[in-house]
Amino acid sequence: MSNLSKPTPPAGGPSALEVEIRGKTFRGADGGDVRAIEEIAFKVAPASFATLIGPSGCGKTTTLRIILGLDPDFEGRLRLPEGGAGRVAAVFQEPRLLPWRSVEENVRLALPDEDAGRDLDQLFSILGLDEMRSRYPSELSLGLARRVALARAFAIRPSLLVLDEPFVSLDEQTATRLRKLLIDVWSARPTTALMVTHNLREAVQLSDRIIFLTERPARIRGIHDIVTPHAERDTRWRETTLSAIAKRYSGVL
Amino acid sequence: MALELDHPVAAERSIASRLGPGIVTVASLAGLLAIWWVAAIVADSRVLPAPPAVVEAFWRDARTGELFFHLAMTLMRVAGAFVIAMVVGSAIGILLGMNREANRFFDPWLILFLNIPALVVIVLAYIWFGLNEAAAIGAIAVNKIPNVVVTLREGARALDRDLEEMAKVYRFGWTKTLRHVVLPQLQPYFAAASRSGISLIWKIALVVELLGRSNGVGFQINLYFQLFDVAAILAYTLAFVAVMLIIEFLLVQPFEAHSTRWRPKRARG
Repeated sequence: MSNLSKPTPPAGGPSALEVEIRGKTFRGADGGDVRAIEEIAFKVAPASFATLIGPSGCGKTTTLRIILGLDPDFEGRLRLPEGGAGRVAAVFQEPRLLPWRSVEENVRLALPDEDAGRDLDQLFSILGLDEMRSRYPSELSLGLARRVALARAFAIRPSLLVLDEPFVSLDEQTATRLRKLLIDVWSARPTTALMVTHNLREAVQLSDRIIFLTERPARIRGIHDIVTPHAERDTRWRETTLSAIAKRYSGVL
Repeated sequence: MALELDHPVAAERSIASRLGPGIVTVASLAGLLAIWWVAAIVADSRVLPAPPAVVEAFWRDARTGELFFHLAMTLMRVAGAFVIAMVVGSAIGILLGMNREANRFFDPWLILFLNIPALVVIVLAYIWFGLNEAAAIGAIAVNKIPNVVVTLREGARALDRDLEEMAKVYRFGWTKTLRHVVLPQLQPYFAAASRSGISLIWKIALVVELLGRSNGVGFQINLYFQLFDVAAILAYTLAFVAVMLIIEFLLVQPFEAHSTRWRPKRARG
């Protein structure tokens, strides 16, 4: 297995995420076929963070749904990271919490039965949810609800974490804080992660590998690897990297 | 001048809102009672007894325990038929709501059963299964099942796909999904089906008892109909309505309040 990205810490699943989608077609409402994905093939090294970025409606979310097993009707093959419990966690665009269960219950329900009593104090405390454990989702702001969705994803200690624009429609200040929280929690126990975003800044800040997609039907436009550790990515570094990427992939900023 | 006028009006309004909806209910019922009483005095006839005559009839049968026995028999039939109708109707309704092919096939059956008169079901049940308790309770349940199916089918159609996907990704499994994802979403539909259910079921139960049982409120009402005792008929009716109101306030409403506690509270009007 050849891997171009940086050497990875040993935690998380021992094998890479391998995605090879050779075609995905939707049946449109008028009966005609809409080709959503032409060909997308990439790998995400174990315990590294990859981002899919591309224009609106290019098939990013469709790719995630295929990986999550929510859309089994496609051509190609997938290899999910093995090891651990082989579990997959997802953070969707909407928090998707059960409104009739408290914050803590929402997180605990995702735990596998054998881990039902796991101590979640540390996770809730890192994410600043200590006071919120007995609240219902309707009492939370969108930013807090998203933190609960992150808590749920990390609570199950997944071998693959999938994030679909997890910080969309938040004000910039909240989004920045949540990105930092995501990196903190993720760094504490790195797991193979794949995120979809529109935001190149976000991608540069979080990822080890950025995969650029074309317009629909989606193909890979290019793959950019980042070797600088998260802790060393300061504002100046980010601006240089952004302009370098923007020069190479016009129109992505 | 305007200020002086404003003040008492505001005070009045606050008194009315402080007394709350309880007083309004009592006043409304008292008004109904008054109209009845006046009408009975004006009519001065055996067919419209005044409230004291009804109370007397109630007391007569309550003292011997007869009234409570018949109330209990009817209540037993109502409860039995209600449980059967809710369980069977919900299962069929959820299935039809989730499975398009099954729904297409069974929809004509549903329309047929919705339109069979209650009386026909009752008469056929007695002819086919005999004049027994099982036929009576079964006939009441069969009358109610199609309504439950229709309500719960709508509920199952409105289930949230996003939450279903979340449950699938997090491997909730069948029982966890049903208990924590599906049933809470169906709760308002269960509430609607049981609300309309209890009232429909007890009305049908009386017809069932009138046609083929030798006890229960329906049987007694038939008996007093033969005797032309309107006061006793009203006494039995009001007693059973009172029982249903007690069930509503002591069982249904607290249960509903408990199961909807997660909802954001609406501002009170």
